[in-house]
Parts: sequence; C-alpha cells; structure tokens
Amino acid sequence: MAAKARTRPESTVESTGGEPADTLRDYYERMSLVRAFELRSSEMYARAKIGGYCHLNLGEEATVVGLMAAIEARDYLFTGYRDHGYALLRGLSPERVMAELFGKVTGVSGGRGGSMHLFDSETRLFGGYGIVGGQIPPATGAALALKNQEAAGPDAAAVMCLLGDGTTNIGAFHESLNLAGLWKLPIVYVIVNNGLGMGTTVEKASAEPELYKRAASYRMPGVRVDGDDVLAVRDAARDALRQARESRQPVLLEVMCYRLRGHSVVDPARYRSSEDTTIAQQSDPVPSFRAKLITAGVLSETDAAAIDEAADVRVSEAVVFADESPEPDVDDLFKYVYATAVANMPAALPGEPVMDAL
Amino acid sequence: MTEIVSTEVATTRTITYRQALNETLRAELEHDDKVFLIGEEIGIFEGSYKITAGLLEDFGPDRVLDAPIAEEGFVGAALGAAMVGMRPVVEIMTINFSLIAIDQIVNHAAKMRSMFAGQVSIPLVIRMPGGGGQQLAATHSQNLEVWYAHIPGLKVVAPSTPADAKALLTAAIRDDDPVIFLENLSLYSAKGEVPDGEQIAEIGKAAVVKTGTDLTIVSYSRGTTTALEVARQLEAEGLSIEVVDLRSLRPLDRDTICASVKKTGHAVVFEDDWLSYGIGAEISATIGEGVFDFLDAPVRRVAAAEVPLPYAKSLEKAALPSAADLAKVVREVLNISSTPNDN
Ligand SMILES: Cc1ncc(C[n+]2csc(CCOP(=O)(O)OP(=O)(O)O)c2C)c(N)n1
Ligand SMILES: [Mg+2]
Repeated sequence: MAAKARTRPESTVESTGGEPADTLRDYYERMSLVRAFELRSSEMYARAKIGGYCHLNLGEEATVVGLMAAIEARDYLFTGYRDHGYALLRGLSPERVMAELFGKVTGVSGGRGGSMHLFDSETRLFGGYGIVGGQIPPATGAALALKNQEAAGPDAAAVMCLLGDGTTNIGAFHESLNLAGLWKLPIVYVIVNNGLGMGTTVEKASAEPELYKRAASYRMPGVRVDGDDVLAVRDAARDALRQARESRQPVLLEVMCYRLRGHSVVDPARYRSSEDTTIAQQSDPVPSFRAKLITAGVLSETDAAAIDEAADVRVSEAVVFADESPEPDVDDLFKYVYATAVANMPAALPGEPVMDAL
Repeated sequence: MTEIVSTEVATTRTITYRQALNETLRAELEHDDKVFLIGEEIGIFEGSYKITAGLLEDFGPDRVLDAPIAEEGFVGAALGAAMVGMRPVVEIMTINFSLIAIDQIVNHAAKMRSMFAGQVSIPLVIRMPGGGGQQLAATHSQNLEVWYAHIPGLKVVAPSTPADAKALLTAAIRDDDPVIFLENLSLYSAKGEVPDGEQIAEIGKAAVVKTGTDLTIVSYSRGTTTALEVARQLEAEGLSIEVVDLRSLRPLDRDTICASVKKTGHAVVFEDDWLSYGIGAEISATIGEGVFDFLDAPVRRVAAAEVPLPYAKSLEKAALPSAADLAKVVREVLNISSTPNDN
C-alpha cells in the first residue's frame, strides 16, 4: 500500500540512449556482482559463516552502482550499516569484504567490525556505522576539514554521506544539515529511500514524507531521483557532487528504491503487505536493466548470462578466501584500543587479577 | 527468597522471560489506562525482540505507540507525558541507543523531582536490553548499566529470572519515579517458573538465590544465571557457594551482600560489563567497608576485557567473562587447585 502511494519521479533516462555500450555493460557487471555477493552473504549467514546483524543491498543495486559511478576516488564516503555493495564498488576486493563478514583477520576491518562496520582508509570508505545516524556528524566534519584544506573547484574533494529514510528522523540528521547549510560545506547527503526503516513506512515515520523537501529548512537544494534507474542516479549524484566541489553548496539527494527482502537477513518481513512485496519485486532493477540492455542490443542473452556467471565465480572465490583465512589472534585483542602504548593500560583478560600483591 | 510485597496465589507456570515481560505489559495496560507503551518498532513489527507481540492489536495505537527513530525525542516525550499524569513505558531497542536519549534521562528525568522540590512525579519506565556475545560488534554489545546506576534520582533494576521480570516490571510501572529496567538479549528465551496473579517486587532488594557457606558470588541479570551454573558445578566438587542476585543496582542492597560475605568470608563479583569503575568496584568497596574483618581473602572481580568488543568470534569470546573464568577465580580465592577435567 505504502509503496503505491510513494511518488516516484518520472524516469529521466527511459532508454539507454547516448550512453556508450561499454559503460552500460560495465554497470550491468557491477549490479550483477552486488546481487551475487548479497545472495551469497545471505546463504553464508544461514550456514552460520556470518554472525551478528547482516543487512543487504538487494533491490538497491541500481542505486549502489549509480552513486558509486558518480563518486571520485578523492571523495570520502560515509555510510550506514547496509554497506556491502558500496564497499565492493569503491574498489575493495570481494575477498576482503567477505572475509570481514566471516570475522577473519584478512577482512577490511580486520574482522573487528563485521558486516555493519566496513572501513578502508585507502579507498576513503570511511565506514560503515551501526548506530542510526552515527555517520552523519562525522561526515559533516570531514567536509568541514576539506573546506579548510583545499580550495573549491572541479578538482576539489567532497564528502558523500549515505543514510536511510528512517534515519532522517534522528536529531543528528537535522543538526548536521543545519551545520552544512550554515557553513557551506562540500557534502552530499544521500537518502537511500527504500520505503522502510525496519517495519515502519516513511509515511508512518516522517511528518514530511517527501524527504528531499527537508532540505528547504537548511537552504540547500533537495533533489529526488528514481533509484531503479542507474543512469539517473549517477547523473543526479554527479551534479550534486559538482555543486559541493565547485560552489561549496551542500545538497540533499533522495534516491527512491525498494528493499527486496527483510530489514536484515533474519527478518521474514511478515509485516509487509503482499502488494508492497509485489511492487518491490516488479521494480527489481537487476533483471530490468538486464532486459533493457538486451532489448537495446547492448548485450546478447549469452553475454548477460556470462556476466552473471562471472559474478558468481568471483563471489565463490571470495568465499573460499574468507573461509581459509585465519581468525584474529587473541593475543591481539587490545592491539587497537589506543594509538600508542600508554602507562597502566587495562589489558587483563576476564578473570585475570588486576593487581599483583604489592 | 524473592521479596514479594503482595501475592494472591500459589499456582505457577513455566514461561520464558520474554513471555513474562509480554504478559506483564498486557496486565499493566489493562490495570491502568494511564499506562501506555512507546518505542521503535513495538507495534506493527511487534518489537525487535518480540516483547510487545500482539499488544498493538489488542490495545490500539494510542496505547502502543510506534515512534520514529528519534530516541532523544520520544524518551523526552514520554518524560513529558509522565509529568502530566501518564505512566509511559518506553522500549529502547537496545541500551546502546539510549546514549542518544541520555540527556533526557540524566539531565531531566532524574533531576526533576529534586530540582522542583517534589512538585512533580516522573512515573516513567525505560526498558532496554544490554549484553554482548552475539557478534553484534562494538557499538551493539554494551552493557552500560553503571552509567545509570551512578545517577541519583533514577532507580535501576536488572531481573535475572522470568519471575523477577514480572514482579520487578510491575513494581517499576507502579513506581512514581523514573525506573531504568534492564533486560538482556541472552535472557529473553530463558525459562523459569512464574507465579500467577499480581506480583509486585520491592525495588531495592537483592535476593540470595542459592545458599552456601564457603564463598559468595554476587551478580545480576544474565551474570546470575552463569553464577548459579558455576555454583552447582562446584557443589559437585564439594564446595558450598552462595549466590546473591542484586536485582536492583540502584538502590543497592548492601545489607544482603554483606550479610552473605560475613557468613562465607569470601566473595567474587561476576559482571558482563567492563571492569574499571564497574558494578563490581562498588560491591567490592561495600564489602571492604562493611565486613572487612570477616574476609579471608581479597574480593575478586570477573568482568569483561576493557576493549570495544570486536565482531570476530575468537576475540569476542576472549573478551567476555565466561563460566570457566568465574570457576577459575572462585578456586583461586578459595586457594584450591583446579581439577584436571576443568576447561
Ligand atoms: C540510534 C539507533 N536506533 C535504533 C537502531 C536500530 N535500527 C537499526 S536499522 C534501523 C532502521 C533504519 O532504517 P533506514 O534509515 O530506513 O535504513 P535501511 O535499514 O532501510 O537501510 C533501526 C531502527 C539503531 N541501530 N540505532
Ligand atoms: Mg529504509
């Protein structure tokens, strides 16, 4: 029901017109990789190879690919916990991402963060945060630093901060957007609006359910784009990033997509109406982009099948790597608590005495 | 052993901690129309841990209010409703997220009665689970009870059994002061006998949940479950262990703790939280002040390693206190070498 009521913008790119075939093919490869990775993550969770919470990008692949096609290597990316696809397309190997999910020392966060806390300083993937809204103030601060560190211009870096629709209701969102608007920071806040925060629809959670309009309170542009249209997402994100780099104009970009499954892998989503589930399945961006490319003659059915197969093989390699990697060494438990050795650092294991008799 | 102020019946049923909470919320919604529930995902989703299952359906959206993700906002809103005569019961999804609401809890809810010279009552309950051990990583595995136990004006309870979950939740909801009601992720499916009918515990009282003569283990919440397991295991080896379940962290029942240690002469505190400045530190100091002359050995604490809890199973397991750690320390305090078959 809720999904039906959601206003989706007219797709700006109905066809694949004008886009080089190689680029389109490349985008399909990326979407296929994210899809394969997430399906396998779900399977690995069921086999208890992955623990804790595990949130997937299933249904959001066009959004993930479009956003990651727009962001530049010099930009900083902050995200919530639904972060696997972004990490993969930021250039991290599926091996290191899967290893993190498996809690292995070869994982991107050394096995310490898990699914929700992927981090890679080299590619400027600055997390992966499990507390709703936790990423928004630090992302804003990174933009503040960029403003001080370099001049505005087409080559300047910017920050992209991803957050969910439900996350727009927490104080940190409003406080941060106000700061960014006030101080003119080079940041793009992207609301990945998949229609649900756990079991709660946008309409039940936000007094202004047209979330991009919230930008008005902070005098920044608010833009809404169809998240199932990879090219539209890319173009809107590029434009927003351009404003951030060149004019220090923060932007709020709302990307409309669907969450194909439950909130996390263990959520059967029984609260969801069958109508809503049907709409989500019908607008699944992976098969629809695939079909579009075949119709446009960019891919043959055989090409597309080969791409899907290659993605699956790639993910299988990642699983083998993750499986064979060692767990972190217990002797390293306290390794990263502080930057440097500090006098009297508490480093007792449970049950060890804190004092030797003097 | 549990202190019960009023009791009507003798029949009991074996139910889970989860079910005990659910039934108590239902009973209190029926008992007093000023009671209402508020929190994220408690209605349509039936609660992240299904504590509120069925309640929206039966009591409607005015009594079971789904809130957006806005902990500071809805905890503060519950506080305001309490100020003008309602009896809100807030669910915060886990204690970790309560840090976003801590200003409303610590700077406001805890202060109002005193600061306004008794003119206002805050009959507010904040329920939330803590606990690690489920690979939820550093931000989602904390206990933090000591943050609240430190604050005058709050009452803090932490039931370890389904029966106490019922009796303490009823007491908390009927209390005229803000009560922090601490649950634990790993207790929700634990089963226990629960007396039928209205049960109201006295907040501020600990319970001796197992008697013994050689050593006292003091614990609370999930820790009590582990303490009992270790006590029974050591009993098979001829040791007589007494277990004190705190039940209330603020106020703290110092008399019950000291009376037990006076008898046994040995004490170990077992807690899931980090060691420095923890509940164990308070218990240890209390024993030092109260029954120093009766101690035959220093009080020891078994607590979590002081590290943001890692996701990886190997590290998580090493960082959290286990039954084996507790058994080892009990033996050390009693100066007994461990048996070869011990892990
Ligand atoms: C401060 C805080 N409150 C509650 C939660 C529990 N929680 C985790 S995800 C989530 C829903 C977020 O929804 P949304 O922002 O739409 O993101 P999505 O999961 O749809 O990607 C909630 C309530 C949390 N992690 N942190
Ligand atoms: Mg959402």
